[in-house]
Amino acid sequence: MLQGYLGEYTAPLIHGLIHVAVRLCRDAWLQRRAQAAPEERGERGDTSVLAGLYGPAEAKVSKELPDRAALEVLLRPKVGLPGVLERSREQLLRQTCEAVVLGVLHPRTAISLVLQVLSDAGSLLSCCLNAACMALLDAGLPLAALFCGVTCALQPDGTILLDPTARQEQEARAILTFAIASSDRKVLMATTKGSCSVEEMQQCLAAAQRAADTIFQFYRDSVRRRYSKC
Amino acid sequence: AGGGAYWVDSQQKRYVPVKGDHVIGIVTAKAGDVFRLDVGGSEPASLSYLAFEGATKRNRPNVQVGDLIYGQFVVANKDMEPEMVCIDSSGKSSGMGIIGQDGFLFKVSLGLIRKLLAPKCEIIQELSQLYPFELVLGMNGRIWVKAKTVQQTLIIVNILEACEYMTAEQRKQALAKLSGN
Repeated sequence: MLQGYLGEYTAPLIHGLIHVAVRLCRDAWLQRRAQAAPEERGERGDTSVLAGLYGPAEAKVSKELPDRAALEVLLRPKVGLPGVLERSREQLLRQTCEAVVLGVLHPRTAISLVLQVLSDAGSLLSCCLNAACMALLDAGLPLAALFCGVTCALQPDGTILLDPTARQEQEARAILTFAIASSDRKVLMATTKGSCSVEEMQQCLAAAQRAADTIFQFYRDSVRRRYSKC
Repeated sequence: AGGGAYWVDSQQKRYVPVKGDHVIGIVTAKAGDVFRLDVGGSEPASLSYLAFEGATKRNRPNVQVGDLIYGQFVVANKDMEPEMVCIDSSGKSSGMGIIGQDGFLFKVSLGLIRKLLAPKCEIIQELSQLYPFELVLGMNGRIWVKAKTVQQTLIIVNILEACEYMTAEQRKQALAKLSGN
């Protein structure tokens, strides 16, 4: 049973700009959707990311764009200062979010998305993508589509594992992360670490697109639960 | 059968200025003949000193930085800075202008404001039976309340904030407990 839920609102800072979403991925549940039979159930890690969205707010003159909103993503690791890996992930997240946010409705404004890694037990980038989408949903920003993140691990023998744990990621031959849009399940972003053939990538993509259905259903259930009292 | 138009109600905390909306603004600066107001959007709104009832070049309104103003937008789109006025089309103030001293300003979500502004809102009717109070609702999520004592004001503030997540039953119970005391 997926334990993910939308967290409580934190007290509003500055001008009440914060929209907070907490996304928890429990590996054991997500492994049920993997194509290969998951062997390690002993390792029950939680990957969790806290997302805060600010905006549309006033942008600095140097950063404002005349025709659309300037989107900025900040990814803070659990320990240490953000490094090159965080910067590259921020760019991936930013490009994915820019593809869905209707920025032309808010020109000369700034939208900031801050992601704080609370714990990392594998599949961090797809967890960040899911947290980002929930933050955008929660904030009520105009979106063209929703998106979700799915990580596939390609094991040395060719089997595909969805949402791998940290250990599975290390043993895998290649790790592929996809951001899948909710309208027609098209790919918004794909990033690969390691080597795989084109056919294997296509198979991973097909598996990720099937898995995306479950994640979108989870979004729907979370939002329904959140607004059921209003 | 109607015209086929749908109203989609969505939940938001961040306000986006819309022409014709009545909002509560906080004066942040006086720049020559124009006041800058914080309305909770992405840009501060501007308010001319002549946009008050009975204001002339000789007779300026007494507005200080930090004052609360209840007005409506005459210009509000994504490309221009929003502009507010405190008079309606006939030149009368009709309830708009500087909000008086004391009272308490707080912020709620936009969905709650729309619920409170609906024609037959039971929340306000039930609250008015509790204590007499003055209430100003801004479409930008800001509410200003003033009752006779500070304690009564704070009680009303807490009930209004909690109304978002309480069902009608729970609200009636809470109010019954309060009026019983």
